Amino acid sequence: MSDTHTQENTHEDGHSEDPSRRDFIYIATGAAAAVGAGSVAWPLVSQMGAAADTRAAGSIEIDISKVAEGQQIKALWRGKPVFVRHRTAAEIAAAEADDAADLIDPQADADRFVPTPEGNINPAILVMVGVCTHFGCIPVGEAGDFNGWYCPCHGSHYDTSGRIRKGPAPKNLEIPTYSYVSDSVIKVG
Amino acid sequence: MHGPSTYEPKYAASRWLDKRLPIIRMGADFMAFPSPRNLNYWYAFGAILTMCLIVQILSGVILAMHYVPTVDGAFDSVQRIKRDVPYGWLIQSMHATGASMFFLAVYIHMFRGLFYGSYKAPRELVWILGCVIYLIMMATGFLGYTLPWGQMSFWGATVITGFFGAIPVVGESLQQWLLGGYSVGNPTLQRFFSLHYLLPFVIAAIVGLHVWAIHHVGQNNPIGITEKSKKDTLSFHPYYTMKDGFAVAVFLLIFAFFMFYLPDALGHADNYQRANPLVTPPHIVPEWYYLPFYAILRAVPDKLAGILLMVGAIGILFVLPWLDTSKVRSMRFRPVARVFFIIFVIMCFILGWCGARAPDDIAIKIGEKMVDGESVAYGMKFVTLSRIATIYYFAYFFPILPLLGFVEKTKELPESITKAIHEGTA
Amino acid sequence: MANRLTKTLIGAALIGLSGLSLGTVAMAAGGGKSDHKMEHQDWGFNGMFGTYDRLAVQRGYQVYREVCAACHALEHLSFRHLGEKGGPYYNPKTPNPNDNVEVKALANDWLIPDIDGETGDPIERPGIPADKFPDIYPNEPAARASNGGALPPDLSVITKARTGGADYIYDLLVSYKDMPHEYKMKDGVEYEMPIGMNYNPAFEGSEIAMAAPLVDDIIEYASITVSDGHGGTETIEAPAATVEQLSRDVTEFLAWAGDPKMEVRKKIGFSVFLFLFIFSALMFATYKNIWRDVEH
Repeated sequence: MSDTHTQENTHEDGHSEDPSRRDFIYIATGAAAAVGAGSVAWPLVSQMGAAADTRAAGSIEIDISKVAEGQQIKALWRGKPVFVRHRTAAEIAAAEADDAADLIDPQADADRFVPTPEGNINPAILVMVGVCTHFGCIPVGEAGDFNGWYCPCHGSHYDTSGRIRKGPAPKNLEIPTYSYVSDSVIKVG
Repeated sequence: MHGPSTYEPKYAASRWLDKRLPIIRMGADFMAFPSPRNLNYWYAFGAILTMCLIVQILSGVILAMHYVPTVDGAFDSVQRIKRDVPYGWLIQSMHATGASMFFLAVYIHMFRGLFYGSYKAPRELVWILGCVIYLIMMATGFLGYTLPWGQMSFWGATVITGFFGAIPVVGESLQQWLLGGYSVGNPTLQRFFSLHYLLPFVIAAIVGLHVWAIHHVGQNNPIGITEKSKKDTLSFHPYYTMKDGFAVAVFLLIFAFFMFYLPDALGHADNYQRANPLVTPPHIVPEWYYLPFYAILRAVPDKLAGILLMVGAIGILFVLPWLDTSKVRSMRFRPVARVFFIIFVIMCFILGWCGARAPDDIAIKIGEKMVDGESVAYGMKFVTLSRIATIYYFAYFFPILPLLGFVEKTKELPESITKAIHEGTA
Repeated sequence: MANRLTKTLIGAALIGLSGLSLGTVAMAAGGGKSDHKMEHQDWGFNGMFGTYDRLAVQRGYQVYREVCAACHALEHLSFRHLGEKGGPYYNPKTPNPNDNVEVKALANDWLIPDIDGETGDPIERPGIPADKFPDIYPNEPAARASNGGALPPDLSVITKARTGGADYIYDLLVSYKDMPHEYKMKDGVEYEMPIGMNYNPAFEGSEIAMAAPLVDDIIEYASITVSDGHGGTETIEAPAATVEQLSRDVTEFLAWAGDPKMEVRKKIGFSVFLFLFIFSALMFATYKNIWRDVEH
């Protein structure tokens, strides 16, 4: 670069250019090249994100009236299992009593529900994404130190509200976006 | 490369070529590379690893002709390869066993480098390039293990990509970007296949740099003394080509034993079950060559800390050349460091053992006690054992090695390689 | 028709889902550890030179066809595999299994879903050697619906997909028994096993949805006539069809189904070994010869 500089300064026809103007041209060229390269790189990088059809995989409806008390069903939503558990009175009581306990990811049991068409909370039907917040394994129901869920992969214990209580997982089991279509049908997604 | 070229073209045609493209000269100089004359069998693993890489690329390219990289086709196509493709069972077994053999050889190669101080100046870059190769090997192995689309493939991929989800702020978007969706699925499998095909060629390129660098600085040797005269060296060919050739043949015996008689011994029964996103296998275990790192990951009860520690376990290898302060390369002359090294190797095995077992199981039984009328064993749990081993793993690199350089009284070094050979200490 | 199908499918899916949760409940309830210990069997296919017992694999195929195939598929196998080299019905006179008379007859015994080439209607026709073993159920919900929520696993690679392999499969088949007293009376109250579950200590959790599939003489084994090599024939008496014998035979068949190339693999492996031994020795001699004058 410095070589060309000296050469150009002693150009044969004698008229010398303003060095700062030439620097500007080099910088502008370099910047334009960088912008161009970046623009080409962007689609190459972003193509790896979820494709339109994957994102559109959308929502499912689940009939919760078929889930008997003390039972749980799994439904597949966006490639992940959704747990719908019909909790027993004892489980609800245990979950609500633990609202005051020392929680890793504090959340009241009542905050883990969406309102029914009547506008109140149905604490019997717990809807969660059945994926451990540690590394994504599927926790086993009615197991663990808190009789909620237990993840066999690395030993995370969840309570009857699906809140993390012990083990390496950082967060409570996720509540998906869902709503009540009617008293007996929910729509997830 | 190393020293002036000794190649002289004999024929008109080779002289013509040498003036235009000195490719024969390059090969000839490569083969005539002066190597220390006291290299032992531990130095044959470079050749063995080259063989492994060639076997994997060759068998992999062939498998890709028959494999179907979709969630519906992958599992079936692997079975079809094993049952219907002519010699498909052989090539599939070669590739699957070959991965384990590749890692076995790379671990021996790395421990050899650690023992003889091959990472020290002027070979820092040789060592770092080696670490890069090892890192890409791990990535390639992981991507490849996903391809048969068995239960372990799927859940291994779920857990490993979950690591990225632990990164604060951007983690979740990054994970989704890697997966191409909300969970491991068809887009994930297809990109993993694409990358699994690509990375071995990246490895081959970096191996080129690794070998180039070692030819530039010269090979280390068991006594760690730089060669002083021509008397200290031998031409790579035929001396070491033949010695390495013998070692490769013996290594192939082990390779063939696993390939033909224990093709499933290094795998997991769960991977003969088709991937099922609704059921997690009760015990998720990675392939044996990742077990020590898996144990380090699980040694901490915190997600992010576990990942950082695991990444750190590999990352610390990159700065090792600057952590070891001793002037003496080979541990043959470092009586104290040698003991710490042996403990380090044992700890790596212990970590592997811990990685294969459930963290809450009892590793070292002390006794039995009665709980609710049943006798229950108690003692040290695997998670505790893995913590001890993890601490030692890191302590070996810091502060043990840095401190030893200052306090250790090393043995007297021989004058030269030739002299050491005369005295029978090489 | 379509409406009925939809209803059946939805019903099946719901039963399946509830069965799934039932399974979890059962596991939690029956989680008591049993002292059951799997025994290692002395299989003919064990070891470096092990081979399959062809007659046992043939009998095992009969057990699969008449018993297991009611629920379990063999999705990775075709009929022709039975007549390929290493298979139970291989005949050196017809190395192409499509021409193998026995395999043709066995395939003909199955109904294969197909499409009528003229009308396009779905039909069923007898199988030919090139056909795959047919699916038993159209889909997973249907399979679960027919089995009280449990999913009968595919058997193509079952000996590979279970820890313990053939030993485990045999052990599972012979370990059905009545619930022992201590299992029934644990925690002091009489324990009722969920409907559809069966006691089997070889199974994890000791409760399995599959009812004992084999009983003595459930199958009639035929004696086999073979050429004695001197122009005459020889009759091989069939063994008594006890549960143990049936289990051994079907396990031998499943071991073959999961690893049909085992015999050729071990054979080639031995040659490779021999070659590598000789090659290593030659390599060693060359190495020593080249280094003979080098002090090192």
